[in-house]
Amino acid sequence: MKTTENKKITDYDMQQLIGQVLRYGVLISGCVAIIGGILYLWQKGTGIPNYMHFNGEPAGYTSLTGIIKGLSQGSATEIIQLGVVILIATPIIRIVFSLFSFMLERDKLYVIITSIVLCIILFSMFGGLSI
Amino acid sequence: MTILTFTIILLLGAYLAGLAGSLTGLGGGVVIIPLLTLVFHVDIRYAIGAALVASIATSSGSASAYVKEGITNIRLGMFLEIATTAGAVAGAILAVYTPVNIVAILFGVMLIFSAAMTLRKKPEGELETGSPLSYRLKLNSSYPTKDGIVSYKLKNIGGGFSIMTIAGVLSGLLGIGSGALKVLAMDSAMRVPFRVSTTTSNFMVGVTAAASAVVYLQRGYIDPGIAFPVIIGVLAGAFTGSKILMKINVKWLKLIFSVAITAIAINMIYNGFHHKF
Repeated sequence: MKTTENKKITDYDMQQLIGQVLRYGVLISGCVAIIGGILYLWQKGTGIPNYMHFNGEPAGYTSLTGIIKGLSQGSATEIIQLGVVILIATPIIRIVFSLFSFMLERDKLYVIITSIVLCIILFSMFGGLSI
Repeated sequence: MTILTFTIILLLGAYLAGLAGSLTGLGGGVVIIPLLTLVFHVDIRYAIGAALVASIATSSGSASAYVKEGITNIRLGMFLEIATTAGAVAGAILAVYTPVNIVAILFGVMLIFSAAMTLRKKPEGELETGSPLSYRLKLNSSYPTKDGIVSYKLKNIGGGFSIMTIAGVLSGLLGIGSGALKVLAMDSAMRVPFRVSTTTSNFMVGVTAAASAVVYLQRGYIDPGIAFPVIIGVLAGAFTGSKILMKINVKWLKLIFSVAITAIAINMIYNGFHHKF
């Protein structure tokens, strides 16, 4: 392997980086889900599932602060929801990494395009869409 | 049925969904929704939440490999994600005002379309010259094949972008990746080579689904008891699929799968018209 003196970020580096981000995000989320899932079955495995009617999850499961609060109480379902949040966050973090890569590549056009995508997602997160 | 048996059956179902989804390129969501609604009689809104989670898991899980091999066109994906994420947020908002039986019927129609797309003949050959916009947006690229690096040029960027917006809306409304529509936009409209369009579509599904999943999570569509077997099962299935993809002939599998999901689709549409959701 030759070490390049001029450490310029290329598309190849970006591909490797994005690949790693996606892989680790999925792995971590899967592990958290397994831990939460085993705990959940241990606590509630003999109960009866009731999903015939839609109630909506209680607020504790649907906001990050609620999930963190539940985690401190060792709640199995909140651990699973943390896994879900990590899974949803994985592609979003991928976009953030792409944004930095395009910045380092000095590709202005794609810095703008990536920022637009990121803004749309942040809008759906914080835009008061939680009706 | 206890929660334990429900979880085990769902885990197996999600595994098969991930496996079939990665082998046929349709993603995990198309199997998860019928499995939950038709077999377990779960409310379709919980099923949509689960399908979104499944879509992100399959997409991120398999995209990591394709991106590293350099097949995925990251710029093309990034550019079209403007259309799909905007569409997905709109779809997720629309979902509140759409009656569940209409969602079920739309889902059925989308399934039949996806089945037809899997079996259709792929347009062959790369373009020599692209449209002016494809140069300005730096969308033309190359990808590795067994005969070496092949470069390709794109056309009809506007047309592809429009179909992508519709794909995004449906994805947000139904909780699926709508990979079939994405491939249609790229293959048929923009003339992206087949291998590039399938991997780039897969790459985009994660972000598209994440855009609406945030809204669905806040609305309480994602139940932990359903989510965890789905995440684990789909990930394991997609992983197995990517390992055996090169060794088996997927032609027959695609045919069987298409017939099966068409049957499921008719069932969903029938139930939708009879308000059984």
